[in-house]
Amino acid sequence: MSYFTHRTNPDPFLLAAAGVGLAAAGVGLALWQRRRNADRPAFPTDAPHWTKERKSDRALFGKSLLINRPREELFAAWDAKRFPEFMENVVAVEEAGDGVSKWTIKAPAGREVTLVNRITETIPGESIFWQSTPESDIANSGEVRFTDAPNGRGTYVSLILAYDPPGGTLGRLGAKLLQREPEVQARRDLHRFKQLMETGEVTSNASPSARSSETATQPHI
Amino acid sequence: MRAVTWQGRHKISVETVPDPEIVNPRDAILRVTSTAICGSDLHLYDGYIPGMRAGDIVGHEFMGEVVETGAGSTLKKGQRVVVPFTISCGQCFFCERQQFSACDNSNPSETRDASELMMGHAMGAAFGYAHLTGGYAGGQAEYVRVPYSDVGPVVIPDDLSDDDVLFLSDILPTGWQAAVNADIEPGDTVAVWGCGPVGLFTIQAALLLGAERVIAIDHFPTRLALARKYGAEVLDYREVDVREALDEMTGGIGPDACIDCVGMESHGFTVDNVLDQVKAKFYLGTERPHALRQAILACRKGGRLSIPGVYGGFTDKFPLGQLMEKGLTVKSGQTHVQRYTGELLDMIRDGKFDTVSLISHHAPLEDAAEMYRHWHDEQNSYTKIVLKPGLPKGAIEAVQEMAHA
Repeated sequence: MSYFTHRTNPDPFLLAAAGVGLAAAGVGLALWQRRRNADRPAFPTDAPHWTKERKSDRALFGKSLLINRPREELFAAWDAKRFPEFMENVVAVEEAGDGVSKWTIKAPAGREVTLVNRITETIPGESIFWQSTPESDIANSGEVRFTDAPNGRGTYVSLILAYDPPGGTLGRLGAKLLQREPEVQARRDLHRFKQLMETGEVTSNASPSARSSETATQPHI
Repeated sequence: MRAVTWQGRHKISVETVPDPEIVNPRDAILRVTSTAICGSDLHLYDGYIPGMRAGDIVGHEFMGEVVETGAGSTLKKGQRVVVPFTISCGQCFFCERQQFSACDNSNPSETRDASELMMGHAMGAAFGYAHLTGGYAGGQAEYVRVPYSDVGPVVIPDDLSDDDVLFLSDILPTGWQAAVNADIEPGDTVAVWGCGPVGLFTIQAALLLGAERVIAIDHFPTRLALARKYGAEVLDYREVDVREALDEMTGGIGPDACIDCVGMESHGFTVDNVLDQVKAKFYLGTERPHALRQAILACRKGGRLSIPGVYGGFTDKFPLGQLMEKGLTVKSGQTHVQRYTGELLDMIRDGKFDTVSLISHHAPLEDAAEMYRHWHDEQNSYTKIVLKPGLPKGAIEAVQEMAHA
């Protein structure tokens, strides 16, 4: 009797365990397939370097967005004076002369970090490269690149960033969970730059709700 | 102000919440005069749309009077406007191509991550519809903030009533786009699954766009009666084998175009739909695409499939081989409302559409919870509900006697 009862009402935990087992088998198979493929010489790719799989201590991140404005206009707007308009986590940018700037940035758990970066190369209308100096709290380097999009579509703007995550991989994961990780911040800031350039304002969903923790003028997730 | 809020599955309540404010230069604030409950609000009600949060203000079909404008708005205080449910900037790559529902700026950077993860690319934003589409408060409220108010809202002349034009916000352009997407040619037979408000407008649109005949499929007598009134031949799927009937009505080749105005919550006691229902109950799937499966099998070879019905995620038992082997063309998507509002307003003025006879009830905003329940449970007698923030609680008006029900 109990045998049939079990058959018609399978234990949800057993079902879940079976599901986990299937998933694990799938992951194992994928890893095995991947290792097999790793022995094969790779054909040189045309993909941007930041999209390649790689092993590195530095977190490398790149994001490109199509912005429906001319390249020169966007290059001119990428100016430290305007950064607080669209970089949500940038508290202040101070110019220290000689291409060096000091950035105060919001970090997880209400802290602030200071980045000291030097612009190492500027190609007018095309690219700005930077590299952190030894005083910087976080070692980082990066590039912002402006490329014409085809057929009058505007400009591809690429933000490429490499940095040493404080606390290593775990620290990075924690910062991601707190939405204060540089990759998350940079991607969102790039979207805000696009919104500002295309629409003249930074998009906000600020509107009322029946949640007492929110106001009608603050954006929410 | 008072607003209709989503509190969880099958939980709607009217709450007092803060008034909306101007946040960006292009914003405007409306005092809502009419706001309808949409079939897609039932997907929220049933808990099928991910990304809702308790306390969200719902409603994406609304119109009202402009009471406040930002510095960049082109609207003027006192104007009556209908607002498209899609929030669109008008200046991005997509808006420039009139693919307004794909707007790349309206979904804020905070909410677009989850949307991008789920869909591959972040969806455009909409009013009162989950945080995957921006998390904006909806218009089933006394007041609402309208972003990009220089682009979307349609200014309504005084001689047209709210009921005449309210549906420009969603279901009329959605029905119109559904028919446009069917690429109708002279002589075509068009089959429409679902005679809800979108289906009823799709029927009218298909005939206006030159369909020879429209065959509509549903099971609610009132809705089938409306479909017939708008010019369709009707099939009650409880009485006939739909595919056999469609074949027999088209000399065996099937309809030239099939339009799924049902979406993710198909009715019907069929094997595939019962399985889908069970899976949905256990959160193993969200989609119940029985109507879409049937439409694919019913469509003629080389025919066209238009999908205005809302789907939310992944499905299985999908007749992909049938779609490919029959060489169907598929067009789908949320409605590019702003693209069609101008011509549709003209067509309403010319009397080409019947926009009012599908309204079954006018009700006060305060009675929204009860109205959602009726809309969910009594789809035969409730064919379209319009909420009025001005009416006192309890002042519910059944607009038409459903003699044929």
